[in-house]
Amino acid sequence: MTAVSTRSTTAAELMPYDEALSRFDPVLGLEVHVELNTASKMFCGCSTVFGREPNTQTCPVCLGLPGALPVLNAAAVESAIRIGLALNCDIAAECRFARKNYFYPDMPKNFQTSQYDEPIAVNGGVDIDVDGQPFRIGIERAHMEEDTGKSLHVGGATGRIHGADHSLVDYNRAGIPLIEIVTKPIEGTGRLAPAVARAYVGWLRELLLGLGVSDVRMEQGSLRCDVNLSLRPDPGAPYGTRSETKNVNSLRSVERAVRYEVSRQAARLATGRRVVQETRHWHEDTGVTTSGRSKEQAEDYRYFPEPDLVPIAPSVTEVERLRASLPEPPAIRRARLQADWGFSDLEMRDVVGAGALLLVEQTVAAGASPAAAKKWWLSELARRANDAGVALDELGITPEHVAAVQSLVDAGRINDKLARQVLDGVLAGEGSPEQVVSARGLEVVSDEGKLSAAVDRAIAGNPGVAEKIRAGKMAAAGALIGAVMKEMHGQADAGRVRELILEKLN
Amino acid sequence: MAEPAASSGAGHAMTRDEVARLAQLARIDLSDAELDHLAPQLAVIIESVAVVSSVAADEVPGTSHPLPVRNVFRRDVVRPSLAPEEVLAGAPEVEQSRFSVPRILGEEA
Repeated sequence: MTAVSTRSTTAAELMPYDEALSRFDPVLGLEVHVELNTASKMFCGCSTVFGREPNTQTCPVCLGLPGALPVLNAAAVESAIRIGLALNCDIAAECRFARKNYFYPDMPKNFQTSQYDEPIAVNGGVDIDVDGQPFRIGIERAHMEEDTGKSLHVGGATGRIHGADHSLVDYNRAGIPLIEIVTKPIEGTGRLAPAVARAYVGWLRELLLGLGVSDVRMEQGSLRCDVNLSLRPDPGAPYGTRSETKNVNSLRSVERAVRYEVSRQAARLATGRRVVQETRHWHEDTGVTTSGRSKEQAEDYRYFPEPDLVPIAPSVTEVERLRASLPEPPAIRRARLQADWGFSDLEMRDVVGAGALLLVEQTVAAGASPAAAKKWWLSELARRANDAGVALDELGITPEHVAAVQSLVDAGRINDKLARQVLDGVLAGEGSPEQVVSARGLEVVSDEGKLSAAVDRAIAGNPGVAEKIRAGKMAAAGALIGAVMKEMHGQADAGRVRELILEKLN
Repeated sequence: MAEPAASSGAGHAMTRDEVARLAQLARIDLSDAELDHLAPQLAVIIESVAVVSSVAADEVPGTSHPLPVRNVFRRDVVRPSLAPEEVLAGAPEVEQSRFSVPRILGEEA
């Protein structure tokens, strides 16, 4: 997004987080929008492929041209029901769409087709794991709606003489099926509020990925989170006024946004000011929220039942068929994988906490050992994902790649150090691990003659060390191995080098 | 997501202020004279329609659609979209193959 803010983003006054939590009790609410991965849009046959040329995936229906009539995508309804069931919701015996009326250029129809008083799924709940502690999150509802177009805000700097700000709109995204999942107010988190928010969104991503209903790529906006937060003096008090922070689009940002709002609201309340009920914008770069629309001028969307779509009444048989198609529930799946992999509770918690469960599972399926799969995802790749501020599965490396890297290590063709360079190559888009190895010439030297000569030179160059080894001080071999590795630019199998040294000196 | 509000339908006369608010929400610029003229008319219409509510007893469920039809779906199949030239033909202005529109201040999407 290239939003140009006209507002001052002067930092708000903040109370240190720990102090804020010692004086106030936070109440969270999370609204997650997930774009479904159907082939076509919610109400028309336009493609949903991401990243195509602007306005090439639109038609009279999604542009809201006069006389065009929507017809509901059956696959989107199935996905909605499966999501509802996986969140332990009741599926409505009958529900309908409504028009949410507002004037904003991201919706060409001047209304968004959504669900209002009759959502498809209500009243569920899920158990998540927050730093090893179970935590129950109530689900208020999950409803179907359509995505909006994408606006690009440009200012005077684009060459317009009068510098008038204007927006450029691409409607390729308008009409893509969305499911909005709304939690009940989340109480009792105390200081864990940011961790709970992050764990829930991470858990939900994994669930949706497992259901196969969405790509859930936060960086492409196919999963977007709004964070509602309010503070109250103590857990028994009525809810305070909440702010709604929009479009928090990474797991790390979800955590940061909660933390920021706790500190900001606490600073206001502690100095006798009130929290304004408003929409706030999250700024990824500076890590602050700024005021957007005030909700106090009572937003009035004049919802009314959508006359162009008939009600949806999934039969019990249909719902039960979809329930039977659900993948194994997350807790059971986790227990099964832990047993299969022989991981300790702590190891398993690390894998889950890093959002790597599915990735490790797929890496193992691609041929790596569980320990190797865990090692790559949780060390090297986790560090790179963290540096890049993306989730592990958004890094641009697949489980098959990771398994291929490990198989190159197992075959003795590369060592761990070279493997890291291979990962870098794959992440830089240089192709498969095999391609990176040959393009970058990373293979270890397996020519025994070359290795043997290098070992001879190392022994000759370090007579003192060689003498120690002859005298039985095996620990000294490290210095010779180092010398050989240096000469070979790291491209040697250290184990084989050690063997050669010991053979020659004993 | 706003909470569903209670319906303000039956038995509620429409005031001039409400008509003014509705006009503002619908981006219809009404003069004072037009409001004076239209508000009482709308009030009469609403009152007339409200008679239906007084006839419908509790056992009659609310209806949002006149046809006894449920579950009309299409298969998830991609069909050709319009050519971008056709799509953009109706745009007030075009820039970078996008609709160029005045920016609404204070909004970021």
